[in-house]
Amino acid sequence: MHEMSEYDLKRAFRRMSAIRQFEERVEKEFALGNIPGFAHVYLGQEASGVGICHDLTNDDWIGSTHRGHGHCLAKGCDITGMMFEIMGKAGGLCRGKGGSMHIADFDRGMLGANAIVGGSPPIAVGAALTQKLRRTGHVAVAFGGDGSSNQGTTFEAMNMAVVLKVPAIFVIEDNGYGEHTGVDYAVGAESIADRAAAFGMPAETVDGADFFAVHAAMARALDGARGGSGPATIVTECPRYLGHFVGDPQPYRTEKELADARARDALKNFRARVTEAQRLKDADLDGIEAELAAEIDQAVTAAVQAPFPDIDELETDVYASAY
Amino acid sequence: MTKKTYLAAINEALRQEMTRDESVILIGEDVAGGQASSGGPGKVGGVFGVTSGLYDEFGAERVIDTPISESAIIGTANGAALTGLRPVAEIMFVDFIGVCMDQVYNQAAKFRYMFGGKAKTPWVLRSMIGAGLRAGAQHSQTLHPVFTMIPGLKVVMPTNAYDAKGLMIQAIRDDDPVVFLESKLLYQTEEDVPDEAYAIPFGEAEYVREGDDVTVVAVGPAMLHAKAAAERLASEGIDCEIIDPRTTSPLDEQTILESIERTGRLVVVDESPPRCSLAADIAATVADKGFKSLRAPVKTVTCPHTPVPFAPTLEDAFLPNASRIVDAVKHVKAYV
Ligand SMILES: Cc1ncc(C[n+]2csc(CCOP(=O)(O)OP(=O)(O)O)c2C)c(N)n1
Ligand SMILES: [Mg+2]
Repeated sequence: MHEMSEYDLKRAFRRMSAIRQFEERVEKEFALGNIPGFAHVYLGQEASGVGICHDLTNDDWIGSTHRGHGHCLAKGCDITGMMFEIMGKAGGLCRGKGGSMHIADFDRGMLGANAIVGGSPPIAVGAALTQKLRRTGHVAVAFGGDGSSNQGTTFEAMNMAVVLKVPAIFVIEDNGYGEHTGVDYAVGAESIADRAAAFGMPAETVDGADFFAVHAAMARALDGARGGSGPATIVTECPRYLGHFVGDPQPYRTEKELADARARDALKNFRARVTEAQRLKDADLDGIEAELAAEIDQAVTAAVQAPFPDIDELETDVYASAY
Repeated sequence: MTKKTYLAAINEALRQEMTRDESVILIGEDVAGGQASSGGPGKVGGVFGVTSGLYDEFGAERVIDTPISESAIIGTANGAALTGLRPVAEIMFVDFIGVCMDQVYNQAAKFRYMFGGKAKTPWVLRSMIGAGLRAGAQHSQTLHPVFTMIPGLKVVMPTNAYDAKGLMIQAIRDDDPVVFLESKLLYQTEEDVPDEAYAIPFGEAEYVREGDDVTVVAVGPAMLHAKAAAERLASEGIDCEIIDPRTTSPLDEQTILESIERTGRLVVVDESPPRCSLAADIAATVADKGFKSLRAPVKTVTCPHTPVPFAPTLEDAFLPNASRIVDAVKHVKAYV
């Protein structure tokens, strides 16, 4: 923390708080019927996405998952544009055609949420290949869950990234579950990081509710990737506050487990650390929270009232060149 | 005979066949659910509950939850089926088939032919199809044409609870790989369904409604709209004959051709994009084998040549609906 500027600390908190408040609002708006389809929220995992993305620029790429809102916000996507998209409105980041599981924002280096588990890792290898061939010094990050670490596409991508020595960073967010199945059942090995390391890259496991731990691990991975030594894997161990999707009744989790998950709170952690070290004051953090609350509220009000796309949009954007 | 939902009918078929034949196993993601959780396994039974209760009844050896590894799920089903088990493998949403297609179309579909008739691959691949749930481009497709065009696979698309049970039982007893496509939007529809086990043979279409004016062939989720359209048209004095092929491979061409001999007019409704769709396939078959019966061009009602959009306005415009079918029927009826 000590090497981080006050501005950086505030920005990290702002992004984590944005995710927390955004997702809590998504949960509410979903219950009100304002959000069509499915919503997978990132509550509990805020420090993972924000710690990973903190030192990335708009020219570094990330590929995300079905649980992508947090990654988008961590990468700096616009709150209003996201809320419009999630509600299927014409003004959304993907003009309402994508939805919660398909938010992309190329101006922010966000290659897209992805509803296919294991979809992003191979894509990130390609994005990293571009950086290597063009010698940009930028990197590509693939987010995936613990469940995605069992997908062949993830293994193939990890191996290929090592073989091609591209600046790809694989982030496996272990929130204990793939849908409704526990990680200890679905992952045969003791450690996901060990499996990644077996492909021939550095891999480490960190507390995904601790922004500073994630940020430090990412700094190490970035050093290697930007320095030309190739890929790395970071496993962030995170609590999952809600079910797999908003509305999942979770008969497979006890009250105690849910309470234990909630006790691991990235925002409370961060607040305690920076205030105890007298880097930021509670009042600073409260102010940030209040600003975001207002921004999210405005975004929701605008999104609820905004029009859906016109049906003329149905057959546009299928192809980029003439068809 | 009791009223059962489409979902409960499939569950009952699975239960009865697992009871009858201990070589029948279920394998897939969260078919039981709750493995290695604080609450314990078996409480989920698939994302919509199709396999609910089966873990408690048949145990972890026969109701097998897997990691998220579709290639390994179908590959395991292949190997198990070749060596004596009868797996019912689940690929949750049909969109995920891309991850494991090799095991389906290069492996399972070809074993018997490549190996000179020596192999049998008696599996069922259960998967959900259909748009309308605002689930976006990667959770909403109806990919039945993709499977239907592959020799060696059989493809089943039940449109009601009675057929769902009988076709599932046939699918499990059948010695070939059968792709069983469940329409999400039909899960809660109810029918009278016999309590005892029964099998419906493949390749036998069903007359859903008899009529003399226009033949309407509809597959899978599109049947809902075809029925609604026929009701509306009946009130305007146009009498549709609705045919449900029930299986797209094998396809009961005979029933369709016989119907057209009487009506001379055909509309095919298919919730898939138009190119190489089942609608295009049936239209071509009729143009070839039923040309003399036709008194009007064949009309198809399909989705546009686009991915499935998310926004409700766009998804509604994307899907075939009763009004579009009514228009198509009137068009071919008016043709002289
Ligand atoms: C290829 C594929 N298989 C299955 C699914 C269904 N599905 C969606 S999310 C999910 C669980 C993913 O678990 P994990 O990777 O741990 O991510 P988490 O949801 O915990 O963030 C599954 C099985 C899918 N979307 N894609
Ligand atoms: Mg997970």
